[in-house]
Amino acid sequence: MNENRRNFLKKTAGAVLGIGAGLPLGQVAEGALGKHPTDEGVSGSTQWAMVIDIKKCLGEEVRQACSEACRKAHNLPDIPNTSHEIKWIWTEEYQHVFPDQTHPQQATGVREQPVLTMCNHCKHPPCVRVCPTQATWRRDDGIVMMDMHRCIGCRYCMAACPYGSRSFNFRDPDPYIAKDSNGKLPSDYPVRGKGVVEKCTFCAERIREGGTPACVEAVDAIPGAKGALTFGDLADPESGVSKLLRKEHTICRRPSLGAEPSVYYIV
Amino acid sequence: MLENGFRGGKQYWTLVSVWLILIAVGLVAYSRQFSEGLHLTGLSRDVSWGLYIGQLTFLVGVAASAVMVVLPYYLHNYKAFGKMVILGEFLAIPAVLMCMLFVFVDLGQPTRVMNVLLHPSISSLMCWDMVVLSGYLLLNLVIGTVTLEAERKEMPPPRWVRPLIYISIPWAVSIHTVTAFLYSGLEARPFWMTAILAPRFLASAFASGPALLILLALILRRFTRFDPGKDAIAKLTTIVTYAVLVNVFFLLVELFTGLYSDMPHHVHFFEYLFVGLHGHTGMAPWMWVCEALTLCSVVALFTPAVRRNTALLATVCVAVVIAIWIEKGLAMVTVAFIPSPLGKVTDYVPTAPEVAITVGVYALGFLLLTVLYRVVLNVRDRLETTP
Repeated sequence: MNENRRNFLKKTAGAVLGIGAGLPLGQVAEGALGKHPTDEGVSGSTQWAMVIDIKKCLGEEVRQACSEACRKAHNLPDIPNTSHEIKWIWTEEYQHVFPDQTHPQQATGVREQPVLTMCNHCKHPPCVRVCPTQATWRRDDGIVMMDMHRCIGCRYCMAACPYGSRSFNFRDPDPYIAKDSNGKLPSDYPVRGKGVVEKCTFCAERIREGGTPACVEAVDAIPGAKGALTFGDLADPESGVSKLLRKEHTICRRPSLGAEPSVYYIV
Repeated sequence: MLENGFRGGKQYWTLVSVWLILIAVGLVAYSRQFSEGLHLTGLSRDVSWGLYIGQLTFLVGVAASAVMVVLPYYLHNYKAFGKMVILGEFLAIPAVLMCMLFVFVDLGQPTRVMNVLLHPSISSLMCWDMVVLSGYLLLNLVIGTVTLEAERKEMPPPRWVRPLIYISIPWAVSIHTVTAFLYSGLEARPFWMTAILAPRFLASAFASGPALLILLALILRRFTRFDPGKDAIAKLTTIVTYAVLVNVFFLLVELFTGLYSDMPHHVHFFEYLFVGLHGHTGMAPWMWVCEALTLCSVVALFTPAVRRNTALLATVCVAVVIAIWIEKGLAMVTVAFIPSPLGKVTDYVPTAPEVAITVGVYALGFLLLTVLYRVVLNVRDRLETTP
């Protein structure tokens, strides 16, 4: 569906709801949410995106390096109970990442191929649509951000995310963060409290300083794995991601849902 | 008028004490969950909503069902419900309160709950649910107390309360519709994403709510001087009968669409519900109990002998309430998470603290219900004893 029609329908739906309650109309479209204080300096002329080359990520050390770099950069806890894990970038089988691109005759090797997965930073994020406190929102530059100080921990976003990309702090993460011998945390990224939801933020804190996401930096440091993950600006036709998307056959996760992920895969 | 809640016999105070003890147990469990986090529950990454949100779903239905006595009485002047109306309205009040409490105990950061008011998001159905639930609570509180006060003074209720009563009728429908939209608008959960969810919720609400109301009326008749009247019980039984039937029909419609189309994304949930998926059969026994109870209830409700026999009718009402509790309080919410979007089948089993908190919230609701019904009975007793 084209963009105008889509927004029109959304606004109409919102207006119908809004009229009933005498509320200002047309605010329902995700873009109309108020600006978050931390959005200062964020511009809509940039559209961040990631291209993941599945073939280049087949080696376990490559994927491990990504997850480890992320773990350190964001003080992620190592929670032994897998059903309470905090995951920002991790590995799943191809058939689960791309359930719509799998068929019974597909080679087992392909179906079970390890694929890196993370928050897709969707253009129409269902998590943002449902959050009752605007604790998660889409920035003008396409990053779906999370305010862990505002989140009330209702987990509606977890129910709404079609990619399973959100984690909830079922307990205080602090005791489970690997610290060095002096008790120092791996990074100065704020440690979350219990009871809030978190997820990948495309390393917004590093991008602000002109850097690249920690996972991208980590794979680029591995000989032979350079280009496994490419991060850049979709709005810039000369950026790495734009060039790759023009040249390669790429797919994204569950396109039929219309969320429009900003994470693409070269199969 | 509310001082009437402090006047009661030994039975009354025993009942109040039972609720208070259960509330205390729930509070102890909640204080642990509050300080340690939701890891004390059976919830997980994959099944992130469970028993608490399930109770919200079930109780919204109970609250909404007050409309089944309000509508015939006020819109169609059906006099037989004269004594029941207040019971319906006063059942809705604790039911809505429990709904809100169940959302509250489910929060990871309950101290930040005011953020919903400080930074509301108009596109979030959870905000809308808060709006309609609070509104409905207020409506029933005002309507219930004002009409009872008028009854006490042996005067007709003030004219200004009429519009509120009329508003409360569509409002009751709205609370359950919005609660259904909370789920049915999520593309991530095909089990919920069906247009019939709201109608199904309403049908099951109009079965379980009036069934509960019949039970409460029968209990009151047994232990107090309250008599709802034969006609009122008979009419409510008819409402339960057809609501159960419509609910079964809606379920069959849903099953047909899901199973005949044979789309794996739809079929998996029903497999998990009724036969188990990848060896995970935790929910299946519950569902078969639910369906067996429903089937028996339908047959029984259409048998005149059962409808006339108080003990049998009460048993059927218990069966209806249990069946719909399994359907909405247990299965409806959790099954949508199984399998997860990443294909994982994770069983969900509530833990002891989780059950204790749930029982505690119910006890709080029933305590309020007990007190409110006591007020009604005392007001009416005095009317009958004073010439």
